[in-house]
Amino acid sequence: MANLTTNFIGIKSPNPFWLASAPPTDKEYNVRRAYEAGWGGVVWKTLGSEGPPVVNVNGPRYGAIWGADRRLLGLNNIELITDRPLEVNLREIKSVKRDYKDRALVISLMVPCDEDSWKDILHRIEDTEADGVELNFGCPHGMAERGMGSAVGQVPEYIEMVTRWVKKHSRMPCIVKLTPNISDIRKPAEAAKRGGADAVSLINTINSITSVNLDTFSPEPMIDGKGTHGGYCGPAVKPIALNMVAEIARSPETHGLPISGIGGVTTWRDAAEFMALGAGNVQVCTAAMTYGFKIVQEMISGLSQYMDDKGFASTADLVGRAVPNVTDWQFLNLNYVTKAHIDQDACIKCGRCYAACEDTSHQAIAMKPGRVFEVMDDECVACNLCVNVCPVENCITMVEMPKGAVDPRTKVPVGDYANWTTHPNNPATIKAAE
Amino acid sequence: MTNSPLTPGIVPGRLPADRIAANFVDHTAPLDQHEARVAADRCYFCHDAPCITACPTAIDIPLFIRQIATGTPEAAATTIWTQNILGGMCARVCPTETLCEEACVREAAEGLPVEIGRLQRFATDTAMSKGLHPFARAAATGKTVAVVGAGPAGLACAHRLALHGHDVVVYERRAKAGGLNEYGIASYKSTGGFAQAEVDWLLQIGGITIQTGVELGRDITLEGLLAQHDAVFLGIGLGGVNALRAAGEDKAGVANAVDFIAELRQTDDLTTLPVGRDVVVIGGGMTAVDAAVQSKLLGAENVTIVYRRGQEKMSASGYEQEHATRYGVRILCNAAPVAVHGNGSVGEVEFAYTIDGPNGLVLTEERFRLKADQVFKAIGQTLTDAPAVAQVAGGKITGLPARVWAGGDCAAGGEDLTVTAVAQGRDAAEQINIFLKG
Repeated sequence: MANLTTNFIGIKSPNPFWLASAPPTDKEYNVRRAYEAGWGGVVWKTLGSEGPPVVNVNGPRYGAIWGADRRLLGLNNIELITDRPLEVNLREIKSVKRDYKDRALVISLMVPCDEDSWKDILHRIEDTEADGVELNFGCPHGMAERGMGSAVGQVPEYIEMVTRWVKKHSRMPCIVKLTPNISDIRKPAEAAKRGGADAVSLINTINSITSVNLDTFSPEPMIDGKGTHGGYCGPAVKPIALNMVAEIARSPETHGLPISGIGGVTTWRDAAEFMALGAGNVQVCTAAMTYGFKIVQEMISGLSQYMDDKGFASTADLVGRAVPNVTDWQFLNLNYVTKAHIDQDACIKCGRCYAACEDTSHQAIAMKPGRVFEVMDDECVACNLCVNVCPVENCITMVEMPKGAVDPRTKVPVGDYANWTTHPNNPATIKAAE
Repeated sequence: MTNSPLTPGIVPGRLPADRIAANFVDHTAPLDQHEARVAADRCYFCHDAPCITACPTAIDIPLFIRQIATGTPEAAATTIWTQNILGGMCARVCPTETLCEEACVREAAEGLPVEIGRLQRFATDTAMSKGLHPFARAAATGKTVAVVGAGPAGLACAHRLALHGHDVVVYERRAKAGGLNEYGIASYKSTGGFAQAEVDWLLQIGGITIQTGVELGRDITLEGLLAQHDAVFLGIGLGGVNALRAAGEDKAGVANAVDFIAELRQTDDLTTLPVGRDVVVIGGGMTAVDAAVQSKLLGAENVTIVYRRGQEKMSASGYEQEHATRYGVRILCNAAPVAVHGNGSVGEVEFAYTIDGPNGLVLTEERFRLKADQVFKAIGQTLTDAPAVAQVAGGKITGLPARVWAGGDCAAGGEDLTVTAVAQGRDAAEQINIFLKG
């Protein structure tokens, strides 16, 4: 069986599945149970400064969107950092870490944006024997209004400054958790790197309103008729998170900076995708909140089986493997020609491919007597929409045309690799002298 | 209690009252809101959906299911009723397993179709429970149409005519409107007086008068109706029952299955309804199944359906056959009745095994007898009340004089289903409307 042990910035864990800083990691009771269930590591829910703890709302903290059969697809929250006294958290962290030395335990931190506050909290967590710290520069609600969380994460200079303080006042490995509520994720990552961060973790949650109550006209989750934007997470955010992870992994400025991948990881497959795009490990929250701690068993068995199938001896063989294949649009091969193909044996004749293509795409599917749906290669631009709307997996596939074959749509033979940078329609293309 | 399933003869009260009550509850429980949401989620919203094509009334099924899925079952009901005003009853009695649900692509995908019938019932029940009748009459046209027969065809025709602003008088020979919905469907498919409730709901459109106890040929004539009305619609159904053509079929204890079903439907206290100990039902359709199952539910010890051809030719669907056997009804195929034996009343039915060959059905010399104290004939119904001017072919009305239309079981082209009757009544109304406005 594949070795799932990971060493992430010097922090060892038996598998790459960590629980993210969030309600599941708020207290000793949960964290012990999570470790017992098999989680490789935990990022303890964010601690704040000493003093009266923050308070949470006493109405709903979560909103959600659902797919068919009420599968939870996206979750948002307006919960703040831990609302338990600092000393209680510190005592519990120490107690748990003493009993689970083989598991990762990282402490998430969020204190006001001044050096003394950071120095003080770092001093206080020193003897918990935790493995590292994660700087919460991500929470988009509540704390941001107080100049913390994403208010820091949205200003690269602040990220760099605080990271520098942390590295100055602590010997612990330091992970900077990034907010996605910015326009270019590479900037905060670069700032973290400049500040001396050992790693970045991303994404934190996305500003969101999950729905509007059409009777009371209040956003959800609703508190006494009002609502506020909360942090969005869960399966729905995974594509956004994957892109941001990939951007950091492939950027020359941040390439090689360790990444802890977060954002909608629900199955082993999601985790493997994050890792292939450069994440050294993953952090999970919504999936655990939806199904409980037990899901890690599927993640462990699934990733092991996959790695065995691929012949990967360790997670290092997987991490970053897809990064070289992430490129800019302009470098995509315009001579890669595919055509949709419908497997008539697998087809259940629902006609969704036809409706999608006929109404909204390129009118490239013919509906023949007996509800036989066939792709017209001379019209098909290979947009893939039919594949995406087909309810039967692998019923419709995109088949690559061999080099030299004539594309019936363009009447042009499939040529060698060529991209936009050299395309005659590109105004920026420098044409060879006549 | 004095009687039991073992009591000889045709007697009431074979089962205790609570057992009988339990046996005749709704045999398909309605979906609750959560179940409806889950069921609706399974619909793929197919393009030019096969379920619509399979529905004789062409209800836009994907649309109404999407309306349920998005929390608007009232809108779903409007979608259903726009095509099929008796959508509530059809949701209960349609053989969906051979219509929309058979065509459902998820039947092809997983062998488990979307539960279209139950979803349709959810929508129509929800809207009816709120008293919604989302149709309003057009301005009165001053035209008047006679509808003969208040069954599904007549009611559908009447509602559509009323919708277009015509005045409608429905003449019904029985004491209640509803036709086979009221008199001819297994009780457990339409519980709680639904047939009458649906008629009352339908009449909310206004402009429809129903006269019961009026029979064509006895109390009224086609000529008289044509003199009084601008057009006439005949939805008179099939009034007769085919004979066994077996010796002794006039013996006591031999009855028409449709009469037994009708009597059952009109009996408030089913512990008073007599049923045999050994019941033999002859036929292979839904009527045979309904009579057989209900006999069993009343406490008959042995109930046997005997069909003269092979099982694959039974017009009762596989689902209906399973339904019968689940309740302990035995189905014998390839056997035809040749004689009813007994001293005054039936004691045994004698059958010949048959061979369904290229030259038609052949009775073999091999015979057997089934013990029987009650025999139900369910070998099809016949057109008996057609006016003399009607052209009849193949037992169905195929041609009529000017200003006269027909639909439902009496007319050609249907499949003797509630839903086809509704379609024919509705479509005739549209033709009549064009004629009247011409």
